[in-house]
Amino acid sequence: MSERDGAIAAQSDSHNEAENHPGVLRRIMSGSVGRNLGLVIALVVLVIVGTITAGDRFASYDNFLTIIRFASIIGVISIGLTFVIIAGGIDLSVGSVMGLATVVASLAAVQAAATQSSWILMVLIPLGVGIAAGLVNGIVIAYGNVVAFMATLAMLVGARGLAELISGRRTQIVIETGFLQFTRSSIIGVPLLIWVFLIVAIVAWFLLNRTTFGRRTVAIGGNREASRLAGIRVKRHLVYVYVLSGLTAGIAGIMMLGRTTAGTSTHGGLYELDAIAAVVVGGTLLIGGRGTIVGTVLGVLIFSTLTNVFTQNNLDTSVQSITKGLIIVVAVLLQQRFATRGPSGT
Amino acid sequence: MIDDDHPEPLLMVHGITKAFAGVQALKGVDLEVRAAEVHCLLGQNGAGKSTLIKVLSGVYQPDAGVIRWQGDEVSIIHPVFALGLGIATMYQELDVVEGLTIAENIFLGHERASGGMLKVKEANRAARALLVRLGHGNLSPGTEVGRLSAANKQIVSMARALSHDTKLIIMDEPSAVLDSEEVRNLFRVIRELTAQGVAVVYISHRLEEIRQIGDRITVIKDGSSMSVGLSVADTPTADLITLMTGRAVANVFPDRVPVAADAPVLIDVQGLSLRGHFSDVNLSVRAGEIVGLAGLVGSGRSEILETIYGARKASGGRVRVSGVRLTAGSVNDAVRAGIGLAPEERKSQGLILDEQVYRNVTLSTFARFARGGFLDERRERQLALEQMQALELRPADPDRATRTLSGGNQQKVLLARWLLHGTKVLLLDEPTRGVDVGARAEIYALIRRLSAAGTAIILVSSEIEEVIGLADRVLVIGDGEVLTTTDAHAIDERGVLDLVMKGAAA
Repeated sequence: MSERDGAIAAQSDSHNEAENHPGVLRRIMSGSVGRNLGLVIALVVLVIVGTITAGDRFASYDNFLTIIRFASIIGVISIGLTFVIIAGGIDLSVGSVMGLATVVASLAAVQAAATQSSWILMVLIPLGVGIAAGLVNGIVIAYGNVVAFMATLAMLVGARGLAELISGRRTQIVIETGFLQFTRSSIIGVPLLIWVFLIVAIVAWFLLNRTTFGRRTVAIGGNREASRLAGIRVKRHLVYVYVLSGLTAGIAGIMMLGRTTAGTSTHGGLYELDAIAAVVVGGTLLIGGRGTIVGTVLGVLIFSTLTNVFTQNNLDTSVQSITKGLIIVVAVLLQQRFATRGPSGT
Repeated sequence: MIDDDHPEPLLMVHGITKAFAGVQALKGVDLEVRAAEVHCLLGQNGAGKSTLIKVLSGVYQPDAGVIRWQGDEVSIIHPVFALGLGIATMYQELDVVEGLTIAENIFLGHERASGGMLKVKEANRAARALLVRLGHGNLSPGTEVGRLSAANKQIVSMARALSHDTKLIIMDEPSAVLDSEEVRNLFRVIRELTAQGVAVVYISHRLEEIRQIGDRITVIKDGSSMSVGLSVADTPTADLITLMTGRAVANVFPDRVPVAADAPVLIDVQGLSLRGHFSDVNLSVRAGEIVGLAGLVGSGRSEILETIYGARKASGGRVRVSGVRLTAGSVNDAVRAGIGLAPEERKSQGLILDEQVYRNVTLSTFARFARGGFLDERRERQLALEQMQALELRPADPDRATRTLSGGNQQKVLLARWLLHGTKVLLLDEPTRGVDVGARAEIYALIRRLSAAGTAIILVSSEIEEVIGLADRVLVIGDGEVLTTTDAHAIDERGVLDLVMKGAAA
């Protein structure tokens, strides 16, 4: 209840413009609830701006669904990446692993077009590709002691190359109607992609906040040496974390296949940067040890809403990029200011 | 203090005090250094030597006291100001940039350049002159420093000190990283410097070295100078040790509980070795017994604990806990067998400072509070809180960020962690480092209580007094060897110091 009071107070204060800003921000940003509150406010401000500038084109149920659907693929990737970053690592390969997953799955579907099993294959193959890539990342990083940035950069380049090689740089159209019907279906008026995003987010929230897996992840990111000396098997756990990131990239691959009906090596280009931006804006510390799933989801929604507002107003995408850059810098600056306050949670 | 027949001292320091967050590091230090002398600064770990050096080199500002430099009162407000005066400091951790050449390191921060363009030839020439002055003309100024030995890096560091117009060089334990041949060479260099009129403040706790190189000695103990400018030649070693150690110790150590004759051996270490650090360590600890490892920093004490624990992989020997042999290099194995470590660097190795206290208490046990991977946090918090209360951890707030606790209470978090785990063998590395005097007695009582309850404890401390006061048996460690094993009541602080200093001088 005190959070709600805080929200109202902060919102009314935010109309008072510049001179009140530092005090207000400090209050909003201290504590993890407050940090997410800041993101909610940013999102609300974006929605208000969208409604004022684009009217009903923006503020409609269908458009809101579009925004969330647009956010869902990058959202699932970002959620997996959140675990990696909380554990003190980084995964640059998420976008290209997703691309590889779509290529392998669409080719497999063509090979198996005559059989009944291809529907299941198109779900299982991307997951398998993602897990395999994550396993390689994790083993190279944890047991090979390769810096995560370099190991996953190598995977980014390598997976992209592999996808190009096996697809012959051709886009593979998916004609498996059962799969397409499934992925493009809606449940109670909400598209399946959004349901997947929602379910992944909820599962991830429980995983991070309520399980030993989550606790180990936060502990390792908070102090790797202390975790090791407390008896946690740090290396093994890091492998699991990268596998999880690969798995979410695989899930995103299935979603991408459904949305675009095509597998191509260019899918997921630069997604790693969008995902990192969303995770960091969502309040996860790049040095590890602290982060939230709710924050990441809000981070993704902020960026997709921003894109939508710009598109609805027919504004230049370059201006949009500049705005995105500003948001990232401001978020990180705020993070640094408030980083050492309060324990982690939610 | 100044003899009439001596000229005005180069540096006069009087009544310097310095406190950090309520801890009085310096309580009033006097020092007087004359030109062209080697002035030794002697004192135990934590006596305040490092703080004093940092005051002299402008890193810290003293709270009170006077510094006179060549007769004039100065306040050394910044390290660059110290260099301007002619005071250069060589820190223990060599501050060279490995990727740069010798010449580039020497002129780092005051590069020979005009209009932003480096004058490489001139720098190399000047660097060579400095190296020759130090008797190391064989080193080429263009060599990358990363390829040099520790001894030669030290020469580079010294050349850098001389590249300013230096009248006083402070050397913080320069011999710590050197072998005996290199130490002899270092002494030759120091003598050349003093012959050129440069004064040296030399810090070491190796008495034999001080005998060889020192002119006068200032002894520091517990933040105060015990003697100022004693002549090395006229002061017997025994007097120096008394000055270093002879504090009136309040009896803070609780009474020993005799170990039961039939107490089982909980941990047995045979022939344990770690290449490059220590070799052939044998020890066994029974339930209710405390075994202390005494020795200087770098003697291998901490490495022994870490190797027993599996944090470092032994190159030889074995560890058995209650008769079961542990896998070398597996912390997880050690923890499951019932060993717990409270590491030396509590903050970087022991705790997740930004996490809540209860999560640090349960860091080794949280998986027990889970069913099917899902944590029962209520029970976890409750059991953590019970341990915190049993150890009188203050404040007993499980949700507080661990960073905000005092050193003593952070130590209790680690002890609570292992108590909750049900640890049978506790390895304590510097359990009172960064713990203030009042809380120390409490930690001591706690260690005794754990021991009386049947825990086997291995204790490492650089405070010899602490080891002797707490332990039932003491192993004196010097240069990676067990020099002697003895009952704690059969040895005193001086006896230990005698042993380790003889060992170190050899």
